[in-house]
Amino acid sequence: MFPDFANPAEWLPWAFASLMGFSILVYVVLDGFDLGVGILFPFAGDVEKDRMIGSIGPFWDANETWLVLAVGLLLVAFPTAHGMILTALYLPVFLMLIGLILRGVAFEFRAKAHAKHKALWNNLFFVGSTMTALSQGFMLGLYIMGLEQTWATYAFAGLTAVFLTVGYSFIGATWLIHKTEGMLQIRAVRWARESLWGVILGIGAVSLATPLVSVRIFDRWLQFPEALWLAPIPIISGLLVAWLWRMVRQMPFAGDVRSWQPFAVATGLFSLAYVGLAYSFYPYVVPERLTIYEAAAAPESLLIILVGACFVVPVIAGYSVLAYVIFRGKATELRYD
Amino acid sequence: MEALDALILSRIQFAANISFHILFPTITIALGWVLLFFRVRFAQTGDEKWMNIYRFWVKVFALSFAMGVVSGITMSFQFGTNWPGFMETVGNIAGPLLAYEVLTAFFLEAAFVGIMLFGFSRVPAWLHMLATFLVAFGTTVSAFWIIVLNSWMHTPQGFEMVDGVAFATDWWAIIFNPSMPYRFAHMLLASGLTVAFLIAGVSAFRWLIGDRSRDARTALKVGVTIGACLIPVQIYMGDMHGLNTLEHQPQKIAAMEGIWETGPNQPLLLFAIPDEAARENRFEVAIPNLASIILTHHAGGVVQGLNDFVAEDGTVMHPPVLPVFWSFRTMIGTGVAMLLLSWATVFMMWKRRRMHVDPAAGHWLAVEGLPKPFFWALVPMAFSGWVATLAGWYTTEIGRQPWLVQGVMTTEMAVADVPAPMVAGTLIGYLVVYGLLLFAYISVIVYLARKAARGDDGRAIDMSHSGKAQVAMLQPAE
Repeated sequence: MFPDFANPAEWLPWAFASLMGFSILVYVVLDGFDLGVGILFPFAGDVEKDRMIGSIGPFWDANETWLVLAVGLLLVAFPTAHGMILTALYLPVFLMLIGLILRGVAFEFRAKAHAKHKALWNNLFFVGSTMTALSQGFMLGLYIMGLEQTWATYAFAGLTAVFLTVGYSFIGATWLIHKTEGMLQIRAVRWARESLWGVILGIGAVSLATPLVSVRIFDRWLQFPEALWLAPIPIISGLLVAWLWRMVRQMPFAGDVRSWQPFAVATGLFSLAYVGLAYSFYPYVVPERLTIYEAAAAPESLLIILVGACFVVPVIAGYSVLAYVIFRGKATELRYD
Repeated sequence: MEALDALILSRIQFAANISFHILFPTITIALGWVLLFFRVRFAQTGDEKWMNIYRFWVKVFALSFAMGVVSGITMSFQFGTNWPGFMETVGNIAGPLLAYEVLTAFFLEAAFVGIMLFGFSRVPAWLHMLATFLVAFGTTVSAFWIIVLNSWMHTPQGFEMVDGVAFATDWWAIIFNPSMPYRFAHMLLASGLTVAFLIAGVSAFRWLIGDRSRDARTALKVGVTIGACLIPVQIYMGDMHGLNTLEHQPQKIAAMEGIWETGPNQPLLLFAIPDEAARENRFEVAIPNLASIILTHHAGGVVQGLNDFVAEDGTVMHPPVLPVFWSFRTMIGTGVAMLLLSWATVFMMWKRRRMHVDPAAGHWLAVEGLPKPFFWALVPMAFSGWVATLAGWYTTEIGRQPWLVQGVMTTEMAVADVPAPMVAGTLIGYLVVYGLLLFAYISVIVYLARKAARGDDGRAIDMSHSGKAQVAMLQPAE
């Protein structure tokens, strides 16, 4: 699992794969919640919509930047894989980009455009968020299927598209539970209750499909004694699911205590599922075709980036946290003052 | 259709994307600094008009920023979807530059833009000013890295080729490549001018529809003054940039000037239609010797012609002449219009200041003194910066063809093996979305201007809060 740390040509690709994996995970959780809010948009009333936007307004931009970093790292650290993956996913990438464009601008336009156009931008916000989530899920499915393009893999990708979208709406709902109060919070709890199935089915489907697609992954998970070491991942995941299940049936708690817990637990669950997935595919960056060691850029170039990243990433983390602290508490209407 | 293969479609798609994208950083880079100026003036004077101007333009900033971010993300994916050869060949150099952009600038802007836009009454005044500064600084640093990479593609150095892949040998040489300082300065000034004329144009529009508020007047003065100050600097910088290009990319200069044959005493063409098939210009209107004088500083100076860049076997290694020739003239023409209009406007406002405002109060320009045709002229010039920037961009980028990285790889070498109909489909998709967004963007700016002119630009804000955190207000109600 771990590379030879004396050899830069080995540990640098590993370090970059870890860094890239980390930024994808952060992206999934952070943009996951604001995409989720967008997916839930049509189910809320007009005043509630403003609140929902208010809960993600100061954050979405920085959240999306993690995607840019992840793709950037793929681009710079594994240029061959970048070309291979993105040309194979040409159309879903295009749809995701259009979705991201619509969503990102709808955000700004709905607050500034003429009142009679607000409904249009609200719709585009929902359409953009959903398009983005669906195409990301579709890409995830195709990636798990080793980027093979057949009707069977499309069908699987279609399923993961739906599950990820529902999964995002779940994490969005848990975010709203924390950031809102009153009726909207009660609605958010209901949304969370109604979308938890997407998370469970999604993680289940991916966990079942991954070992079936590749003998290598199958062996890796089910061989003794490694299987013992890995057992905590499914077990803890199961416990977290049970916890979430219980919580969203009892919420909101009196005095709004522990409103942050569903989001935190969901984050833990997503992270575990993600670690499992990463473990399955390591050391491949293009499943079963190209390893991170084969795809890596020149060690000198990677070192230059890594030195910078070591200084900069903690600073980024610091001021991202600052933004969350400044805008802590329940969401208000988004005001430009 | 033979003519529209994946290469040309991918090129059109990339050009469409980058043309759309560049419009917005061009605004946000300088607007960030101008907003900082407004914010600091408010902190210094406590005069509400500065905050009103800030609040109006911060909305335009937010819109432009969002448009820039989303179209920028599109660009970063297009490297992979349409131009995988680019990163495979020069990824060792382009990669770290792009990574540094994301790490040093992108996150900085994205994290602090939230505080800048929504934090006025949540954070202390100094933190709000710091956030505004960091966003402005971030956009500028972002531009720096992108221009470094772009300049390197025009004037590459500090690398060696091993088995068809570029490896960096000297990062200092890569970053401070020969055209970078000129290109960066030219771009920053272009951004400043774009914002200056946008502010002046929108404020003139507000004036024309009856807005006589102090904020519209002050914004107009600030816009026109910035424009008048920057345009001569830009003309000088453009000339220096041109001389740099002559040294490193003579074929681009030859295309810009429409010079076919190498020789002395080259004329400056005011009008011509370059005909690449016949390899000559038609309908020439020329000033004798002037191109030689501008480029070499004496009439007998020899300037290389395009015919020097055709290989023995007939392969053309110079850019398509007609678009470069006319983009260049569009840029220059717009620049001249900016010079004339901004100077004339400042002169008129200065001349008539005594009739309209009290100079003792520190006013040295009077918007009231400006004849109406000036307002009419300023309104369409609101987007003159866009026209000049795009024209300049086409001049330099089309002027690099057929090279993607000058002397290292051609554009053809980088294109993806994606079926042409798929590229055509996504191209149409992008064009439709971009067209509609551009329409929406301009409509919303017009709408915001009308709303502000009516005086119902939101509710009055409590200025006393500019320094105090109001987090207590955000706690849940009982």
